[in-house]
Amino acid sequence: MKPAAFDYVRAESLDEALDVLRNEGSDARIIAGGQSLMPMLNMRLAKPRVLVDIMRLAELRGIEAKPGRIVVAAAVRQSELLEWPALASELRLVSLALPWSGHVQTRSRGTICGSIAHADPSAEMPLALLALGGDVALCSAKKRRRVAARDFFLGMMSTDRSDDEMIEAVEFPANSGRCAFREVARRHGDFAIVACAAVKTIRGVRLAVGGVADMPVAREFDTIDGSALDDALNAFAYDLDARDDFHATARYRRDLVRTIGRELIAEVVQ
Amino acid sequence: MSHMAAGQPHRLRFTFNGSAIDRACEPRRLLTDFIRYEIGATGTHIGCEHGVCGACTVTIDGQPARACLTLALQVEGCEVCTVESLAGKEGCLGVLQAAFRRHHALQCGFCTAGILMSLDALFAQHPDATAEEIRDALTGHLCRCTGYAPIVRAALEAAAELRTKLKGETTDA
Repeated sequence: MKPAAFDYVRAESLDEALDVLRNEGSDARIIAGGQSLMPMLNMRLAKPRVLVDIMRLAELRGIEAKPGRIVVAAAVRQSELLEWPALASELRLVSLALPWSGHVQTRSRGTICGSIAHADPSAEMPLALLALGGDVALCSAKKRRRVAARDFFLGMMSTDRSDDEMIEAVEFPANSGRCAFREVARRHGDFAIVACAAVKTIRGVRLAVGGVADMPVAREFDTIDGSALDDALNAFAYDLDARDDFHATARYRRDLVRTIGRELIAEVVQ
Repeated sequence: MSHMAAGQPHRLRFTFNGSAIDRACEPRRLLTDFIRYEIGATGTHIGCEHGVCGACTVTIDGQPARACLTLALQVEGCEVCTVESLAGKEGCLGVLQAAFRRHHALQCGFCTAGILMSLDALFAQHPDATAEEIRDALTGHLCRCTGYAPIVRAALEAAAELRTKLKGETTDA
């Protein structure tokens, strides 16, 4: 199918883009790489009146290493972050998860922030941001604010962003220590049936799961071995409230959470 | 700010297979439709129109991309290449195309144009791409005829031939 008609604004400054959002509210949508939004437009699941293209804004093109965190601006393409020389040392979890995010043909256009904004429950970047305890930087014509990833995702493709706001950048904690990532999908690059990310913390391990609940969910595991861990993983798997769908049964998803969760926790604490 | 109204034609300029394009385009026009119906280059195929099948893959500034997930207006100032750019002089097959023919790497051919463009971009960046890297690039494409094995064989042979060619060009210069 083809998109319904819309006005197209090629923003030349961030203020211009924010002005459109202030004036048009939910009738306007930001388009960056378009790899999540374009399918929605083509299938007419989204019918905005105005699209605001932010890819020409030089101030949104940067990957910046600040003390203790890496700031990825709104117009940074997924392929650009993958090619960033410091990725494996500074953001190891992202370097593991990003190759699973779509295919080379979509990563070449799609942005990191776009994937976060779209908030698909099985997407890898929301999962990685949550697992690492990162933040989302939002801005509107009136103000700027930061929201922790755990407060940003609210449900299926639903976030804390207001209609007049856009994601300006996402911030990942840098060099956060041992981590692991694993995903099961029909075809490498397709949506995850289950994706898990584990990050070593001071008290134990944080395990985050995507593809099961209606958004990525993280839980801290202080007890990290034996049957206590099995029980805790089983409780987590059930709490995610998995459902049967075309791709997999709820039971299979719970099994993947238990199995992959156990493997990843062992991997990061060894 | 350039605000382009819905339903109205707006100026669009980009490079298409090496030639300058300067046409009018309305905002909702997909790059796939612009290439096929405005330019008239029908080598690029339209499959699923939501980015899954890969048939519409072209290169934008050298990177493989889904033309169906790109608005034509987004490629203003860019360099777009399609399967038509791969053919040699007077309609001779290019290196990749000839290897596909030799190895029966296509049957119906619907997916082929997109696959060729992904491989063309892969070999431009990684002339020594391994079978595994080729398979990874192919995960972005659906082919329901070949089972992929002949595609990988053709790609490996074409890559070797392209490397020899590249060597010849650098040493002869």
